Amino acid sequence: MAKMPVTLTLNGMERAGFADPGQNLLEFLRRGLGDLSPKYGCGQGTCGACTVTIDGETQLACLVLAETTEGRTVGTAAGLANGAELDPLQTAFMDHFAAQCGYCTPGMLVSARALLDRNPKPTREDIIEAISGNLCRCTGYEPIIEAILAVSEGRTGP
Amino acid sequence: MTVVETYPTLAEAARAIGSDAAYMGGGTVMMREVNAGEAPARLVRTNDPALAQIRAAGDAISLGAGVTMSAILADSGLDFLHPVARQIGSPQVRNMGTVGGNIFSPHPYGDFAVALLALDARVTMAAGGARPIEELLRGRDHSPGLVASIDVPRPAPGAFGFKKVSRVKPKGVSVITIAALVNRTGGRVQNARIAWGGMGPGPVRGAAAERALQGQMIDDAMLDRLARTAAEGLDPPTDPLASSWYRREVAGVHLARLLRSMEGR
Repeated sequence: MAKMPVTLTLNGMERAGFADPGQNLLEFLRRGLGDLSPKYGCGQGTCGACTVTIDGETQLACLVLAETTEGRTVGTAAGLANGAELDPLQTAFMDHFAAQCGYCTPGMLVSARALLDRNPKPTREDIIEAISGNLCRCTGYEPIIEAILAVSEGRTGP
Repeated sequence: MTVVETYPTLAEAARAIGSDAAYMGGGTVMMREVNAGEAPARLVRTNDPALAQIRAAGDAISLGAGVTMSAILADSGLDFLHPVARQIGSPQVRNMGTVGGNIFSPHPYGDFAVALLALDARVTMAAGGARPIEELLRGRDHSPGLVASIDVPRPAPGAFGFKKVSRVKPKGVSVITIAALVNRTGGRVQNARIAWGGMGPGPVRGAAAERALQGQMIDDAMLDRLARTAAEGLDPPTDPLASSWYRREVAGVHLARLLRSMEGR
C-alpha cells in the first residue's frame, strides 16, 4: 500500500516524512521523524502519555491519523526547551519532584504548557482539570500540581 | 491494513462509504480500532467545513456533526450544553471528539447523546431528511447513513439537567448518565423526557420515570417514590465498572438527586 507524504511543522521546524496508511501520529513522530518525546502508553486515548499540541490544542497523538496533520503545526515536549534553556515548567518539575519514572512527564508538560499559555493564572482546580487526561502512576498528582502552581505564581526553587 | 479515504464534502463521503467501510469523525473511538488492527479495511472521512458549523437562530440551535466538545464549550450561546460537554472524556478528547461521533459511540461512551435524547434533538442526514434522535439511536448499529447536523431546541431556563456518575474524578467513564428535560404547567410536570446512559445497550428513554413524573408536583415524597421505580423495565449491562444489579439499584437514587438539584433543594 502506498505511503503518504506528510509535511508538517514540528516544534517550529518544517519536517516531512512518509506515513503508512492508518498510521497514527504518535508512531509517525517517533519512527518517522525521530521525536521520541511523546510516549506510547495505552494506544487507546486513556493515558495521555502521547499528548501533543496540534494547531495549539492538546490532542492525543495515538488517536490522530498521521496523514491528517499535513500542513498543520505540531508541538511536543521536545520543543519546550530552547537549546539548553529549559522551560520553567521543566525546571519546576525537577524542583518539586514531579517526575519519578518520567513516562507521563512529556504529556504532563504539554498539557501544563497549553494551560499556562491560555490561562497564565490558573486556579488549583483549573490545573487539576487541565491534567485530568494525563495519568501518573508514580508520584501521585500533588507534586505535579504544585510544580505547575509554582510556575504560574512565579516561584522558583523547591 | 486500513486505508483512509478523505473527501472534500460530506456528500461525496456519503456516496463513497458503501457497506464495507466505516466513517471516521474525531477518531477518539475509531482510531482505537485502527491501532488494534481491528478497523474495517476502508475508512471514510471528510474535511467538509460545513460539519464544524454551529448555527443559532433564536432557540433553535444547529450543531454540525463534526463540532467538537471544545467548540461547544467555547460558544457562550450554548451554555445549557456546557455541563454536558465538560464531562465528556479528557481535555484532549474534548478537543477531538465530535457531536456526531458521540451518537455512535458504544457503551460506556455516548454521554452527549444521552443529553440530545432528553432534549428531543432532530438529526439531519447527509442523504437529506431529518429524524428524531431517538429513532437514529435505535438503528445506529445498522448503518443508518452519515449525519450532517443535529438540531437542538434550547430548553426553558432550569428545565434541563444532566448528571454523569463516575468512580474517578474529575475524568471517569460513566457508570450511569442521566439527562432530564422537565417542563411544567402550573407547577405540575408535563411530558418530561428522561434519558439514561449505562442503563441499556445505548442511550435509552426512561419510560417508567417519565410515567411516574407525569402530572406530578415534585416534592420529597414524589422523589422517594420515583427513586424506587425509575429503573423498572430497563436492562442495564454488566461491565467492569458496575453490575447490572448495581446500576438498577442506584439509578433511581441518582435520578432523584438530579431532580432535587434542579429544584435547588
